[in-house]
Amino acid sequence: MSGLEIDNISMRFELPNGGAVQALKDVSLDLKKGELLSVLGPSGCGKTTLLNIVAGFLAPTGGEIRLNGGTVSGPSADRGMVFQQGALFEWMSVRDNVGFGPSMKGMPAAEKREKVDHLLDVVGLQDFKEKAVYELSGGMQQRVSLARCLCNEPDVILMDEPLGALDALTREKMQGLVLKLWKETGKTIILITHSVEEALLLGERLLVMAPRPGRIHREYRLPFAELGVGADLREVKKHPDYAKTREEILTMIWDMEEEIMGRSEESA
Amino acid sequence: MGQILSDLGGELFVLFVSIAQALPALVGYIAIILLAMTVWRFIRRQMTPKADYTSLKTVTFGDESAVVSDKAASFISIALIFVIWGAFTGSNWLPGMFHAPGPFVGDSSFVYTVEDANGYQDEATVFVSVFEKGAEVPSQEVAAGTGFAKDDFLAVQAYRSKLILWDKNDETNRSEGAKIVSVDGRAISKDNAVDVGFGRVALTDKGTLNFEPGKGWQMENIWLPAPDSVASRLVSVWAEGYQNVTLAEHLSFSLFRVIVGFFLGALVGIPLGYAMGLSDWFRGWFDPIVEFMRPVPPLALIPLVIIWAGIGEQGKIILLFLAALWIMAIGARSGVSGVKISKVHAAYSLGASKVQILRHVIIPNSLPEIFTAARVAMGVCWGTVVAAELVAAEKGVGKMIVAASKFQDTDIVLMGIILIGIIGFGIDVLMRLAEKWLVPWKGKG
Ligand SMILES: Nc1ncnc2c1ncn2[C@@H]1O[C@H](COP(=O)(O)OP(=O)(O)O)[C@@H](O)[C@H]1O
Ligand SMILES: [Mg+2]
Repeated sequence: MSGLEIDNISMRFELPNGGAVQALKDVSLDLKKGELLSVLGPSGCGKTTLLNIVAGFLAPTGGEIRLNGGTVSGPSADRGMVFQQGALFEWMSVRDNVGFGPSMKGMPAAEKREKVDHLLDVVGLQDFKEKAVYELSGGMQQRVSLARCLCNEPDVILMDEPLGALDALTREKMQGLVLKLWKETGKTIILITHSVEEALLLGERLLVMAPRPGRIHREYRLPFAELGVGADLREVKKHPDYAKTREEILTMIWDMEEEIMGRSEESA
Repeated sequence: MGQILSDLGGELFVLFVSIAQALPALVGYIAIILLAMTVWRFIRRQMTPKADYTSLKTVTFGDESAVVSDKAASFISIALIFVIWGAFTGSNWLPGMFHAPGPFVGDSSFVYTVEDANGYQDEATVFVSVFEKGAEVPSQEVAAGTGFAKDDFLAVQAYRSKLILWDKNDETNRSEGAKIVSVDGRAISKDNAVDVGFGRVALTDKGTLNFEPGKGWQMENIWLPAPDSVASRLVSVWAEGYQNVTLAEHLSFSLFRVIVGFFLGALVGIPLGYAMGLSDWFRGWFDPIVEFMRPVPPLALIPLVIIWAGIGEQGKIILLFLAALWIMAIGARSGVSGVKISKVHAAYSLGASKVQILRHVIIPNSLPEIFTAARVAMGVCWGTVVAAELVAAEKGVGKMIVAASKFQDTDIVLMGIILIGIIGFGIDVLMRLAEKWLVPWKGKG
């Protein structure tokens, strides 16, 4: 089967004090090639853990991940990752960062150069190719991260709050860019976010997770991502369903947060 | 135990007394600093004011970024050191009017009064000629004068003292019961010396006089040579060498040891640090060793190294190797541990192999820490080599200054110390330049 299968994943961390945290419990999900999934949930509900398991950085204590039919057992170039911040190599120029994956595979220099140039044009960094990454602003650095990931042509792109550290304006521009890249490249994308608006805009499918144990609480199929491609995202937000869904999800998350607070007050 | 405590208490008391005595000088020095500041600020206000960002800040007290080293203060501070140094050594570099009063040199005289066994008194004059070190010893015939006490002549070198056997030529002497009762009309006794203006006359246990010419405020050359004599010593030692070894040879030997020792230390220490940073087994294996060896100062190893390897080059290089080894290992280890896990994860997801991750992520990521460690290690090695040469060596700056101190060639000792400081500083500057050039991303992660 072509696509990503998350099959009954459970994750239980043993703690040094003898206790244990059930970070994920029986999480199952199938993603077809080219689907855009956003994941939302209160802090500590296991989003990062799930993404790390899909990326292959963590071995789950139950279940398995399959990509295009093969079981995932570790990190590999078929699943690219975009981190929130600080995952660029500051000892390399923008160009070398973006060309890192191809370099590792030993792609011929000319071919790599062409590819890197093209991607830097796509993310709008054509004038910053030879700069050091630490000379760029936060938003530009995230563009480099995206380009670096795309340059390696992974089947699945995993993003853990990639825009979380950006200011509101830059963030909005980057959301447009993510949509554009998704449509142009047809990649399967999982995007974790803290922002309900971002989850609505950047998810054909939206997963709301609940904590303790981390599990899928509710799934939505949304039209906004498709509408947002190449359009003004502020127009998309005027869609009648947008505000309604947003309120519904916000209430859901507020309730969860309140339950968490209540529970920790009880145990305190 | 009580004995030790009371001994230490005594030492502490002596220390406090010395500090208390130095206090006026310290207060004076601070006063000079503040005075120079006030004067300089006043001068600068007369000039066109700057209008850059920092000088427009109204809050500077507590704003760390507004405190930059004032170049003028640095200049004045260094100049002042030379002025004080020159003033208290009578340097030729400083106009005579700035000199502190020097030792008395020249001719003068004082009068002593003898009382013989019968109670008769007579006076005689001692003509004193104080000459500078190295000058010809003056001699002079003096007429005997009248009475039973006869005049004397005394030649004494500046900063030295000399006994006067006053009764040698007198008509009475100490064995007959004659004794000196006063000098320049002031009563003298064993615990009551007389200041004659150009020096001090004391009565010894045996009844002779001891004359000590006035020292003034300047330091004697063997305590503190003038800056110009240090400079001229530098020129002469550079050209002719000291004790058959040229200065260049001394310096090259010291630098050779430092560079070779440091290089070997880095060569072993960096891979060791990487192994400790990358493998839990290696970390477990070497942690106790490194943690134990790190606090042992390399100087404490000198005796053992001499026993094992003698005083030749090998011993010193082993010592510097050990000095650099732990520092480099710890630097490399923390450089590796300091790599952000997201960078390593990103590299794996981009298809890098373990070797590629080591080569393209871990090593470049650790370079800034390794450079910091290298700077520290170089400093420690330089200090250690000098100390090791003080203990045992045939050549090297450290050796040069101990040898010079044995012959009281204080100017060479000082020259050596200044060179050691300059070279140590130079090494650090070079390391910083190399760091800027080779790891421009330092601190930018
Ligand atoms: N290495 C770990 N050891 C123990 N507990 C962990 C570890 N990593 C995550 N957890 C726990 O797992 C839960 C989920 O964490 P995480 O996936 O980071 O949540 P989210 O990304 O949704 O905020 C949290 O309760 C967290 O404390
Ligand atoms: Mg998280």
